[in-house]
Amino acid sequence: MTAMLEINDLHARIEGKEILKGINLTVNAGEVHAIMGPNGSGKSTLASVLAGNPAFTVTGGSVTFKGKDLLTLSPEDRSHEGLFLSFQYPVEIPGVSMVNFMRAAINEKRKYYGQEPLGASDFLKLMREKRAVVELDNKLASRSVNEGFSGGEKKRNEIFQMAMLEPCLSILDETDSGLDIDALRTVAGGVNKLKTDNNATIVITHYQRLLDYIKPDFVHVLYKGRIVKTGGPELALVLEDKGYDWIKQEFDGTKGE
Amino acid sequence: MSSINQYIDLYNQYRHRIEAAAPAALNALRPAAMAALEGKRMPAKGDENYEISDLEAMYAPDYGINIDRLNVIADTDEPFRCDVPNLSTNLYYIVNDMHRGSNQAKLPDGVIVTSLRDADATGIINKHYGKIAPIDNPQVALNTLLVQDGTLVYVPAGVIVDKPIQLVNLLRAEGALMTNRRVLIVVEAGAQVKMLVCDHTQSIDTDFLNTQVVEAYVGEGATFDLYDLEEASEKTCRISSTWIRQEAGSNVLINGITLTNGTTRNDFHIDINGQHAETRLSGMAIASGRQLVDNHTFIGHNASYCHSNEMFKYVLDDEAVGAFTGKILVSPDCPRTEAYQSNRNICASPRAKMYTKPQLEIYTDDVKCGHGATVGQLDQDAMFYMQTRGISCQEARTLLMQAFMSDIIDSVRLEALRDRLRHLVEKRFAGTLAQCRSCSVAQSCHTKIKKK
Repeated sequence: MTAMLEINDLHARIEGKEILKGINLTVNAGEVHAIMGPNGSGKSTLASVLAGNPAFTVTGGSVTFKGKDLLTLSPEDRSHEGLFLSFQYPVEIPGVSMVNFMRAAINEKRKYYGQEPLGASDFLKLMREKRAVVELDNKLASRSVNEGFSGGEKKRNEIFQMAMLEPCLSILDETDSGLDIDALRTVAGGVNKLKTDNNATIVITHYQRLLDYIKPDFVHVLYKGRIVKTGGPELALVLEDKGYDWIKQEFDGTKGE
Repeated sequence: MSSINQYIDLYNQYRHRIEAAAPAALNALRPAAMAALEGKRMPAKGDENYEISDLEAMYAPDYGINIDRLNVIADTDEPFRCDVPNLSTNLYYIVNDMHRGSNQAKLPDGVIVTSLRDADATGIINKHYGKIAPIDNPQVALNTLLVQDGTLVYVPAGVIVDKPIQLVNLLRAEGALMTNRRVLIVVEAGAQVKMLVCDHTQSIDTDFLNTQVVEAYVGEGATFDLYDLEEASEKTCRISSTWIRQEAGSNVLINGITLTNGTTRNDFHIDINGQHAETRLSGMAIASGRQLVDNHTFIGHNASYCHSNEMFKYVLDDEAVGAFTGKILVSPDCPRTEAYQSNRNICASPRAKMYTKPQLEIYTDDVKCGHGATVGQLDQDAMFYMQTRGISCQEARTLLMQAFMSDIIDSVRLEALRDRLRHLVEKRFAGTLAQCRSCSVAQSCHTKIKKK
């Protein structure tokens, strides 16, 4: 079986500064991977690069997604192929209603697969059904995208969009940040409801807290642009207990920095 | 040499023919216009208030003028019928600069919409014509010198016109043509009327110079909406000025919309002369290719307790050029004035240029005024966010530009027009708005009928 995502020696930079310095990661269908690490280690950069953010330049390595060269695809085609990024800071788009935004997203995906646009009533039915996954208020669905949403509502909205688009690979970038414990439970519950044997999830987080709700199969520690440690769920508990200092020492020590 | 001279020569040579084919009220002001123009030149690029628009160059070409008022146009009403319940208007056509009337309008008693040549309306025309637009403005003077026809809209005191009045201006000619149009609007005390004025170039390969002077008197407690929509061709040069006088307690909404054009210079000049009046002046320009849109606005607060709110938005693509000058003047002894002005612009291409000049002049204490102007690009974070949801770059741009214009569209106080405008703006951004071979407001009505 070929892996769903295969990252090989990935290097990327922004404004001349190298952030990713040789990432290797393999994700198979049905797996949940957690990526942890101290601030500034490159976690969000990895998410952005995988989603195709033009602000970053890939300077080396390769990424294969479902057998295709991911890095040659436009951000929209990556989405159509089944990649989804839940933003750490979802963007507010005043004047664009959630309904128009989602309709455009769904219909462009259908166009990509040669399907007719979804009719109005089918579309609204789909919205209703998927809203329930994260208990997103109907009022939010009729407002402008993320405009005036609270931190928790924005994150729910991300998972709602994920439910609408049914991706194969979801990257959740700090989805727990800014959430109170109830919202965290709802959002994590939503992610778990969407999980199947055929899709995979990469959870980027600072804290072990989220991993109580979304159980990872693998935990990776990203530090200075590389994955420096990989383990099972127990690694997250060790990090929670001991912090990142021991990893920094171990890594910087062997590197002689 | 000034471009004015050729028009003065033309007038001197053909004065009798021009006046023979025009009503006395219009002829009466020509000597004053002539006096105002003598020895003058048109403002050139770089003159104060004309930093971007070169009127000298716009008036310079040798256009033809239909001075004998030859009616070479066949009946035009049929293809443009727009009699659908959801945008039902009292519809009138002006072909080039000739008022052609309407065969379907049903106006309330006392309301008059007619040609300025209509002898029955002479009393009203004499009373108001040339009283608001200042003759010392060279655009107004030249229009006054040459104009032979136009439209009078008269709403007597206390009358409410439910159905909007729509003037469709069609430009249609084989050879280069200059048209001089005049619109005189009188809304007496307590009356209410909404007007939609649409400019369409039908002969898209012909060069046009389309001049227009609109004068509107809005009496005490009257409500007046004017939506001025341009869908012209790239070869159309439009020089339009709109002069409004507002009395106490009146409520005026002006919305100037440039959807497609060639070179456009619009002046909106509003004088608020009575207390407790409200003014909303909005506008939008969507320009691409090498189009130029220059909106020059003035709001004079000459009475206390009045509110004005001004907002213009531009989206410029390709090598389009936009200009906005907005001056708000609060005269002495006008306390409790509230006046706000905003001009926000997006340059969607690195070669597009926007020039903006917000101005506030305040000579009274105890007022609330503010202005702001921004020029920016499309929000790259929003673009990327949408793309990660599978929305293509082009579609994301369209959605963002449409969203940017939404508050201008929402300010329209005519629901059917608001919906139609939203549709037209969407088509314009998606690049599917046909260049005005016909009235697209009417066209989209037709599509709607077919679907039913």
